[in-house]
Amino acid sequence: MQWETVIGLEIHTQLATQSKIFSGASTAFGAPPNTQACAIDLGLPGVLPVLNAEAVRLAVRFGKAIGAEVAPRSVFARKNYFYPDLPKGYQISQYELPIVGEGRVEIVLGDAAVKSIGVTRAHLEEDAGKSLHEENLAGGGYTGIDLNRAGTPLLEIVSEPDMRTPQEAVAYARKIHQLVRWIGISDGNMQEGSFRVDANVSVRPLGQTRFGTRTEIKNLNSFRFIERAIQFEVERQIDVIEGGGTVVQETRLYDPERDETRPMRSKEEANDYRYFPDPDLLPVEIDVAFIVDAVADLPELPDSMRERFHTQYGLGEYDASLLTAGRELAQYFEAVVQATAEPKLAANWVNGELAAALNRSEIEIARSPVSAAMLAGLIHRIQDGTVSGKLAKQVFEAMWSGEGDADSVIQARGLRQITDSGELEALIAAIVAANPGQVEQYRAGKDKVFGFFVGQVMKESKGKANPQQVNEILMRVLASD
Amino acid sequence: MQNKSIAQMAAELRLRTYSSVELTRHYLERIARLDRRLNSFISVASESALAAAERADRAIASGDAGPLAGIPIAHKDIFCTAGIKTSCGSRMLDNFVAPYDATVVERLAAAGAVVLGKTNMDEFAMGSSNETSYYGPVHNPWDADRVPGGSSGGSAAAVAARLCAAATGTDTGGSIRQPAALCGITGIKPTYGRCSRWGMIAFASSLDQAGVLARSAADAACLLDEMAGFDPRDSTSADVDVPDYVDALDDDIAGLRIGLPKEYFGEGLDPRVAASVQDAIKEYERLGAKVKEISLPNSPLSVPVYYVVAPAECSSNLARFDGVRYGHRCENPKDLEDLYKRSRAEGFGAEVQRRVMIGTYVLSAGYYDAYYLKAQKIRHLIADDFTRAFEDVDVIMGPTAPTTAFELGAKMDDPVAMYLNDIYTIATNLAGLPGMSIPVEPVDGLPVGLQIIGNYFQEARLLNVAHRFQHVTHWHQGAPSGFE
Repeated sequence: MQWETVIGLEIHTQLATQSKIFSGASTAFGAPPNTQACAIDLGLPGVLPVLNAEAVRLAVRFGKAIGAEVAPRSVFARKNYFYPDLPKGYQISQYELPIVGEGRVEIVLGDAAVKSIGVTRAHLEEDAGKSLHEENLAGGGYTGIDLNRAGTPLLEIVSEPDMRTPQEAVAYARKIHQLVRWIGISDGNMQEGSFRVDANVSVRPLGQTRFGTRTEIKNLNSFRFIERAIQFEVERQIDVIEGGGTVVQETRLYDPERDETRPMRSKEEANDYRYFPDPDLLPVEIDVAFIVDAVADLPELPDSMRERFHTQYGLGEYDASLLTAGRELAQYFEAVVQATAEPKLAANWVNGELAAALNRSEIEIARSPVSAAMLAGLIHRIQDGTVSGKLAKQVFEAMWSGEGDADSVIQARGLRQITDSGELEALIAAIVAANPGQVEQYRAGKDKVFGFFVGQVMKESKGKANPQQVNEILMRVLASD
Repeated sequence: MQNKSIAQMAAELRLRTYSSVELTRHYLERIARLDRRLNSFISVASESALAAAERADRAIASGDAGPLAGIPIAHKDIFCTAGIKTSCGSRMLDNFVAPYDATVVERLAAAGAVVLGKTNMDEFAMGSSNETSYYGPVHNPWDADRVPGGSSGGSAAAVAARLCAAATGTDTGGSIRQPAALCGITGIKPTYGRCSRWGMIAFASSLDQAGVLARSAADAACLLDEMAGFDPRDSTSADVDVPDYVDALDDDIAGLRIGLPKEYFGEGLDPRVAASVQDAIKEYERLGAKVKEISLPNSPLSVPVYYVVAPAECSSNLARFDGVRYGHRCENPKDLEDLYKRSRAEGFGAEVQRRVMIGTYVLSAGYYDAYYLKAQKIRHLIADDFTRAFEDVDVIMGPTAPTTAFELGAKMDDPVAMYLNDIYTIATNLAGLPGMSIPVEPVDGLPVGLQIIGNYFQEARLLNVAHRFQHVTHWHQGAPSGFE
């Protein structure tokens, strides 16, 4: 049987506020345990939450960036359950009335096809603390609670079940990751837990409209794990059904070491969260002025920029989507284009040498040793024929390792292309004279020997000879004698 | 000394007739001598009280004293006080000392008030007789075999017995007004949001409101002047100007329109209590007020609505008491579940457990709509009744409680009978309106309260109306025998 996979994602992204969503404690990562938890975060008796307006502003930016309606009135609700890292015994979240309504984002697939994915809603909530399970020397275990993270503002972004392959799910997750960083609402740091994904996965016979029973895979914190976990889960579900069984609705955890998902709790064991509006907080009323202010400095969005790169610069969809993967990268590219007026060449260099070098060194574009101005300088030298494309790569490597800008490198390493025809004529005449046998062969009709001469010239000139000129002169010299 | 009004004490402290240290010692001596009969205090803070009194004396001497400088008061043990245990009447918090002051505590301290100690209360403010306290019941100063009412029973008994000049309380369904009525004192529950809830341990967040228990409306006005006002730490506190309550006390009440809800004078009301309340209303007519019967048709639903909404919020508010970070923790838990279950089973008394269970039930999947949501809808109807009534009248009057103080233990086996004691006070909390209770003619030597309900933020009017009555009557001056 042909199976179709249906995937929806819930993404928890930490909002880049200085203080927590309901208290004044710092949200900075990495402090010693429980040093950034105030009385409110600890859930001491008598304390009350006060909403951080900056968290609301960031949520509004996201809503506008995905073309969603920002609710004029949204309501915080309590999600009740007991867990040691949940100090109040409830999490303050939004339930029936979220701050951001339906929106859409576009993903670009491997074959450059563009697919639109629906976002059902996005709501504000507070994060819980962290339970740290440790074993002591005696072999006994204990659990410590770190409440530094408790009360950190999160935006939970819920998608429609619009994805059909693990690769689409990853493309969507990357898209949201790109967007939240692009509009400056989250650092998106996955190692630090600032961007966590839950995947809802089900399968159904191709052509069936009703959804199959889904499972939820919790807390995926890398794009690779998202793909692997979904892939495993899809195969597992198909095996269960084809083996005559039925898929059980449950929450599962992905174990990257074993590359498998394991059940965490079933539907029956699931908590009844007893949501109800939080009586300690007033409904959040948002007026037009607040929205206008929140989006006033919203930059050009990645989709629009991608489309513009395609139409304005004539780049392919794939190149354009690579160049708009991050805002700094896109800005870098545009700076190079502005300095050189060579969008295609700029795209090749940014997506080629630069991307490879960044990857190799595992650094962000912002910390690239080759600035946009430096890359533009190199492209100028390619344009004016000072260096060949091949030598330009050497120049780039030299710039990358800190040898200065393109002109200094070309100068210092003597990489200037030989375009003086007199110099080339002399060089070629000497090579032709030194290889009478090959000249014979060429004249006897063995065209391939022409390559031998080009190679000799490049070798003698240490690659600096202008290839076009070499061709012309060789052609003339070999024919004339 | 203990029978003087707060205004008089404040004046005499300024005249150096006596010092705050002397006044504070006087009250501490009374507490030490008399509270064995009442059990109205959970903690007495002699040392910090005397230190505060000394500071007040110095402030008075240097001329920069606050309006309540040197006046000895008590706080209900639901208000967090840095340095003094805050138990909330529960074993759960028998070991809890908050690292902060409640806003109400902070503001009264800033005005110079001296805190004698923390008063007994029903556990987590859940009760109408002060019998659910982990620290034992409070006895009514008028009859030691009777309850003082609740949940602010300790504050009411302490004020009635002149063990403090005045006390703070909280009122979620009548917890200031009913004990004030049963102990023969004056109590005011302001509009929801008038006083900050920061640092006040939550029972039902949408209903809880801080207020004052005092011997007169004038005394209550002195404290409320300092307590009321917007607090950025409480999102539900009201950013509405606070008038000077003392200034308004003597305003004329001729032409005052009083509404008497017929639902408040029906079945279940002790006829002797009804007669006493009617006499008080006649007194108001003599003062120039106009009386008119009104109807609050949805008020009979207020008790059932309350016992859905309040337990629902309480079940969530009390989830933080889990034995993990503070408060009672059971011995040797064998796992996490055991830690939760035994810590909470040992830490909470029967009434708290009952309400947590009711609240959990009404919020459960499948029951939420039928109970919680429906209760919220009726709550709006109850509030609408009042809004309509206030189109025609300035204040609403009736009995505070259906009976005088009942005997200790009389209703402990019958929660519903206990709940019905708040039948006239609960609707005010559901609507968020301010309400008062003032003493009127006693029945068989036991106090009776007249309830006065005002429109939103009309505390000044309520205190004025109460004060004009107390100006021409003496019911508020009577002291229980043995405590004069």
